Order: sequence, then C-alpha cells, then structure tokens
Amino acid sequence: MKPPLNRNMGSTWWLSRGAYFLIMLRELSAVFIAAYLVFFLICLYKVGQGPEAYGAYLRFLWSPGMILFHLVALAFALLHMVTWFNATPKAVRVWRGEERVPPALMIGPNYAVWAVITAFIIWVVLK
Amino acid sequence: MSAHTVPNPLPHSKGGRTHEPFWWSLFSAGGVVAAFVMPVLIFLTGLAGAFGWGAAQEAFTYDHIANLISNPLIKIFLFVCVSLPLFHCAHRIRHSLVDVGLGGIKTPLAVVSYLSAAVLTVFCAFVLLRI
Repeated sequence: MKPPLNRNMGSTWWLSRGAYFLIMLRELSAVFIAAYLVFFLICLYKVGQGPEAYGAYLRFLWSPGMILFHLVALAFALLHMVTWFNATPKAVRVWRGEERVPPALMIGPNYAVWAVITAFIIWVVLK
Repeated sequence: MSAHTVPNPLPHSKGGRTHEPFWWSLFSAGGVVAAFVMPVLIFLTGLAGAFGWGAAQEAFTYDHIANLISNPLIKIFLFVCVSLPLFHCAHRIRHSLVDVGLGGIKTPLAVVSYLSAAVLTVFCAFVLLRI
C-alpha cells in the first residue's frame, strides 16, 4: 500500500524554492493575459460603437498607467511563450526509429514559426 | 475495460468519469494560441500604438482598424485569439488557486473560472458579429 498523498501543503509552498517560485510566476501569466484580453475585448466593443467611443478608449488604453500594465503583460506573455515552447519535448515524445528526437530539435521550430506569425501579424496590421 | 484491473492514474481523483480531459484540451489549445500570438498582440495594441512607432500611428486610426476587423477572416482569427486563451487562463487560474490552499472551494472556483471564460467568449462573438 502506498502511503496516502499529503494534500495539505499550505499556501506558501511556492516561496520555499526558486523553481517553485518560477512555476508560480508562470501560472501568474494567466492573470495578466486574461486581463489584457478583457481590455482588448472592450476595445473591440468600442470599435463597434463608433469613432468617438474608440478614440476615447484609446486615450485610456495608451495612458501611462496602462502602458506600464502592457509592459508587464508583455513580459508575462513572453514567459508563457518560453515555458510553453520549452515544454514541447515533455508533452510529446517523438521517436525516429530507435532514437528519440533530441529536445532541442523539438523546441527550435516553435520559435521559427513564432517569428513568422509575429512578422505576418505586424505586416497585416501596419500595411 | 474493467475498472478493477486498471490502476487510477490520478491518486487524488475519485476515479470514474471526469470532465478534466475536456478542460485540459481547451487549456492546451489556448496555451498554444497564446504562446504564438499574445506577445505580438500586446506589443501592437498596447505599446506600438501608444508610442506611435513606425506606421502604428496610421494603423490605429478608426477607419483603418474598423476596415481591418470587418474582414471575416480577421474576425475568425480574433475570435480564436481571444476565446481559446481565455479558457487556458481560466484553467490555470483555477488550478493555481486550488494549489495555494483554496481546495475547499474547488467546485465554485471551477464554475466561476470557466463560466467567466464562456461569457467573455460569447461577448466576443457578439461584438465581432456587430462590427
């Protein structure tokens, strides 16, 4: 018989080790991405309301406090991106014959595809 | 499949049917979408526009943005970019809150998280269809 799993870890376990803290930071990225998406959704809603509503919302969206928010949100989005891409070999194990495809070969293409998508979106919006 | 011979892979679950695979698949799909598009979206709408870098000043005028979003392909793209990452975030936030000791209100947390994502997804569809 396995001993029962101790589920009572308390609420500060993630402060005890650097690796745990990084996991919590990664999880926190979800809060910032969700918050950004809410602001983004409101922006889409304002576009539907017309030029005045949209203009007024942009003044809010691009105020100093919100620029700071977007900087922090961008940092968290990049943290999510890196941790997500780097987890690819852990999520999918690809074998070529008897050998496992090296992790670096699984991670690398993600960044290449990311760069292409990023450039394409910038081109579509700014062209 | 006999339930007696197959060991339960999740020691803390009660076994049997669970909705977890469904939410996990949304979490996973949303995580992929967020990883690929969230940095550039935040950069464009939050920073490039604010600082008026390059062509960004022109790009964020009402006419240009309204014209851009009126394209059905862009609407579908935006819907995917908003809805899937919302479910990704809901899943992460729910599990993190349980992990920091809110296991006692596990079920209400799950309901509030996924319901918020669902409501915002419907709102997104409504907003995009109106433009």
